[in-house]
Amino acid sequence: MVRVDGSGTSSLIQVRGLDKKYSRGGEEIHVLQGLNLDVDQGDFVAFMGPSGSGKTTLLNLLGGLDVPTAGSITVAGDAITSMSRGALTTWRARHVGFVFQMYNLIPVLTAFQNVELPLLLTSLSKSERRKHVETALGVVGLSDRMQHFPRQLSGGQEQRVTIARAIVSDPTFLLCDEPTGDLDRKSADEIMHLVLTLVKDYKKTVLMVTHDPVVAEKADITLHLDKGALVESGKLAGAMAGGAR
Amino acid sequence: MAIPVVYNLRSVRQRWTSSVVAILGIAGTAGVFVAMLSLAHGFKATMMSSGSSDNAIVLRAGANTEMNGAVTLDDVRLIQDAPGIARDTQGPLLSAEAVMIAPFPLLSTGTDANVQIRGVSPKALEVRKQVKIIQGRFLKPGLWELVVGRNVSSTYGGLGFGSSVKSGGATWQVVGVFDAGGSAFDSEVWADASVLNQAFKRPENIFQSVTVHLNSPSDFQKFKDAVTTNPKLNVDVDREINYYNKQSQMLTTLITILGLIVSLIMAFGAVVGALNTMYSAVAERSREIATLRAVGFGAGSVVFSFTLEAVLISLIGGVLGCVAVLPLNGFTTSSINWQTFSNLAFAFTITPTLMSWGIVFALAMGIVGGIFPAISAARSPVAPALRGM
Repeated sequence: MVRVDGSGTSSLIQVRGLDKKYSRGGEEIHVLQGLNLDVDQGDFVAFMGPSGSGKTTLLNLLGGLDVPTAGSITVAGDAITSMSRGALTTWRARHVGFVFQMYNLIPVLTAFQNVELPLLLTSLSKSERRKHVETALGVVGLSDRMQHFPRQLSGGQEQRVTIARAIVSDPTFLLCDEPTGDLDRKSADEIMHLVLTLVKDYKKTVLMVTHDPVVAEKADITLHLDKGALVESGKLAGAMAGGAR
Repeated sequence: MAIPVVYNLRSVRQRWTSSVVAILGIAGTAGVFVAMLSLAHGFKATMMSSGSSDNAIVLRAGANTEMNGAVTLDDVRLIQDAPGIARDTQGPLLSAEAVMIAPFPLLSTGTDANVQIRGVSPKALEVRKQVKIIQGRFLKPGLWELVVGRNVSSTYGGLGFGSSVKSGGATWQVVGVFDAGGSAFDSEVWADASVLNQAFKRPENIFQSVTVHLNSPSDFQKFKDAVTTNPKLNVDVDREINYYNKQSQMLTTLITILGLIVSLIMAFGAVVGALNTMYSAVAERSREIATLRAVGFGAGSVVFSFTLEAVLISLIGGVLGCVAVLPLNGFTTSSINWQTFSNLAFAFTITPTLMSWGIVFALAMGIVGGIFPAISAARSPVAPALRGM
């Protein structure tokens, strides 16, 4: 169940009083102000808002890529806002799967090697890693493109490799930053179908930033960033419909 | 866990133009470094091979080279009775020698260069076993005859086998060519010591050194003690191999220092090249680095990865530089030996050890050129770089 009023008690992701200020050209920009959020296991949340509203900043904070000015973020009991940079790096490897708008694949590595990257940080053997990578690439429908380099793939295929990389280590949740932003409608639909499959069939928790209302509609709930805080305006799908209001 | 090396290998290949520039810079520097060291090593090896461990050289006390030595015929008679000297049926294996320098025209330029002329005794070939006559015969005592080292016969005009040459107011006949096994003697002209003194109007019974062949290297101390404790003698004794080692030190040190200075200046340029290559690599791949950091690779992994990449580039450069200078191995050049003021031919001698030093030098350049960009890469903020900002 997704909440923005700070009333959750045992959520997978708990955000409390999150503040983020930037200083740009001597001017202080208050991007997030006292933001609260609770996300449960298996929730699919879309964040919308105008450019500069702090969507990506929020995603970066949730992913441990940035640190807040104030407030706390707790994920599965880990208070990530009190972790050192080194500890955050280790935590990211274990708990977060990233999907980027521009795919961010390593161009000199094959699809297989790109997907294998997060597993290199685990204690899995080479054969176990191979098995996991093949499974992940199978889930995204790219078993026949394992040895292809990113330049040999279409945009949609590249994004699917990115998703395979995000899920291969079975992270606690996925953070998707405009995953369809650089794709045509058909490819975007395929990617969203894949994300929904991950949520429904694999019970993945997904937090996604998007500009596209069509894409946001697929989420359980859409939250708008307004003046540094989250405002509910979406819906909960299926059995949870209306529950998050 | 380290970022896979294949990432660095392929990145180097993908950015081959800037990689090649860095590789060539490092290769050139490593090559010059190895060449200079091989020059110093070649000179030292030439000098060292002149000495034999079972020979001893006797000089006037306080004289550090033969050039300023003085040993009288009376001294020689006392020395030849000392214990430890090897003997044949005709007596002790000993050569009282006089050395001087005389100018002869270089075949290559026609200009004069100083050649060391060594006046030797008839037992010189028995004392110096490494010297072999390869053409003609050895000189006969009392005659105006010369035998010349193989470098001399091929380097100077008028000193070829069978030639007649004027020097010291006399006309000499070149009756033989000897091979001294790549030692300094190959750059010498030998004459009969007494005839040489006479030709150059020097006192007849004065020599500059005495070289003796010992029964075995272990007899050195016995011989030295006997000679240096004899109150009638005022001489110093050294193993011949030590003597030539000392003779080589000044020029070896000079070549090594000059080589290091040249190499360090070049290394500065090569390191700047490597820094430029690696900084541009970091700038071009900021999103890749951020992605690796986001995925969970730590700052240490990034530093290691980019330093490794610089090391890979420098390793290729180092190997290339060493291979490029290999043809110099054995190439003979000459220089003034500052101890004798005569021209000494010696060869570039490239050994596996020197090549290893060249590669170590290249790797050091790679590390210096790679570590700072690598640290810069690891310190870059992840979030903005992920979006290519």
